[in-house]
Amino acid sequence: MEIGFYPGCSLNGTSLEYAQSTLALAKAFGVTPVEISGWSCCGATAAHNLNHDLALALPARVLALAEQQGLTEIMVPCAACYNRLSVAQHALNNSEQLRSQTSQQLQMPLSGKLRILNVMQVIEKYIADKIPEKVVKPFTRKVACYYGCLLVRPHDVLQFDRLEDPQSMDSLMRQIGATALDWGYKTECCGAGFSVSRTDIVARLSGKIVKDAVERGAEAIIVACPMCQSNLDMRRPHIDRYLNTKITIPVMYITQAIGLAVGLSRKEVGLEKLFVRAPEMEMAE
Amino acid sequence: MSSEQKSFAAEIRSQTGVNVNRCYQCGKCSAGCALNENMDYPPSVVMRLLQTNSAESYSAVLHSQAIWLCASCQNCLTRCPMQIDIPQLMDYLRIQALEKKTVNKKSKKIVAFHRAFLDSVRYTGRLYEAGLIADYKVRTFDLLQDLSVAPRMFLKGKLPILPEIVKGRLKF
Ligand code: SF4
Ligand code: SF4
Repeated sequence: MEIGFYPGCSLNGTSLEYAQSTLALAKAFGVTPVEISGWSCCGATAAHNLNHDLALALPARVLALAEQQGLTEIMVPCAACYNRLSVAQHALNNSEQLRSQTSQQLQMPLSGKLRILNVMQVIEKYIADKIPEKVVKPFTRKVACYYGCLLVRPHDVLQFDRLEDPQSMDSLMRQIGATALDWGYKTECCGAGFSVSRTDIVARLSGKIVKDAVERGAEAIIVACPMCQSNLDMRRPHIDRYLNTKITIPVMYITQAIGLAVGLSRKEVGLEKLFVRAPEMEMAE
Repeated sequence: MSSEQKSFAAEIRSQTGVNVNRCYQCGKCSAGCALNENMDYPPSVVMRLLQTNSAESYSAVLHSQAIWLCASCQNCLTRCPMQIDIPQLMDYLRIQALEKKTVNKKSKKIVAFHRAFLDSVRYTGRLYEAGLIADYKVRTFDLLQDLSVAPRMFLKGKLPILPEIVKGRLKF
């Protein structure tokens, strides 16, 4: 089974372990991701902060390229890209004028019919029912599933999961043997794109998230967004300073956790790329 | 009609579809806003200032730190009983502040980061992180930023030395 694949800039650089684990997991379940050739950046936070036209044109170029390649469905593991591409497609589909203008600017047709799926949707659609039989090392840990802002909001555009207490990651984690905890920060903001320009804000916001997870007894935080991951993980020294304590909880991608459970090696899922070391999480059956 | 005379609220509405007068100041947006503590005006106060429709209030909003500290997390929109699209309004206000050159002085680093990001995408089509950080440092003189984390990122293969150049990228 083939599916279109938009890695986006983060998965190409700072979050390569997310790409690695997603591709390894897909392969283990017979799914073949086909990368959109010639893809470019979706514009992320910067475009809609500074330039209204680019905030539409950049993601629209990606959508048009995918269509041109004959893809009908694309997997977008980065929550920020998933959000930007979906919001752009929604805007284009809601205004014929905008769609034809953008299509002209790009000099590419845009049908607006592409299905844009995040990683949980891909797993649920193509992999989930085969997970139980494939689990060889149950992930018998208490986890806090952290969704962040971009996977679930705005709901009228994304139509994915519940707004305040999403469940998709929790239920996937339960399928591989984990205990998904109730906690208070599932969709709170981690500080997003302020990682470099206002690291102090990221330390405070991500600090609160990490602290709550630890206080509830979580042994790992599970994420599906490169921005959330790097704020909670790479910014740990700043978080520790803010909280005035050393916090050792690892922050793993959902694809890494499931990958480990179905028998992929730590290397195959890129576990050594995390800044805060993840100890042995999986249990041999 | 000069822009001075035109109603600010009407202009916002025609540009963004957001009717600021529908806000009844319940404060839910501010209560849920994670950036509230850092903002000079929390989102409900931004709404109130815009409702007054005066040149002073509008200018205060365009000079505020709040519009740059908004992380577009969408929590306010999610919880607003009137479904007022504050994140979209914030996008509009930021672009207005850029055009009118009223960017808050304490927010210059945030703007510099966004600019460096878009420049990287302009030149190569994709974000090139090492270049982004270098560009940001030149813009802000924040030379120490991420000096400690960069070598570890490099060792983990997370900071490629050369950018990838996309053919047929968008020209802007
Ligand atoms: S939540 Fe909505 S109605 Fe309440 S203060 Fe904020 S913008 Fe106004
Ligand atoms: S979108 Fe902006 S204003 Fe609204 S809650 Fe998030 S940070 Fe606050």
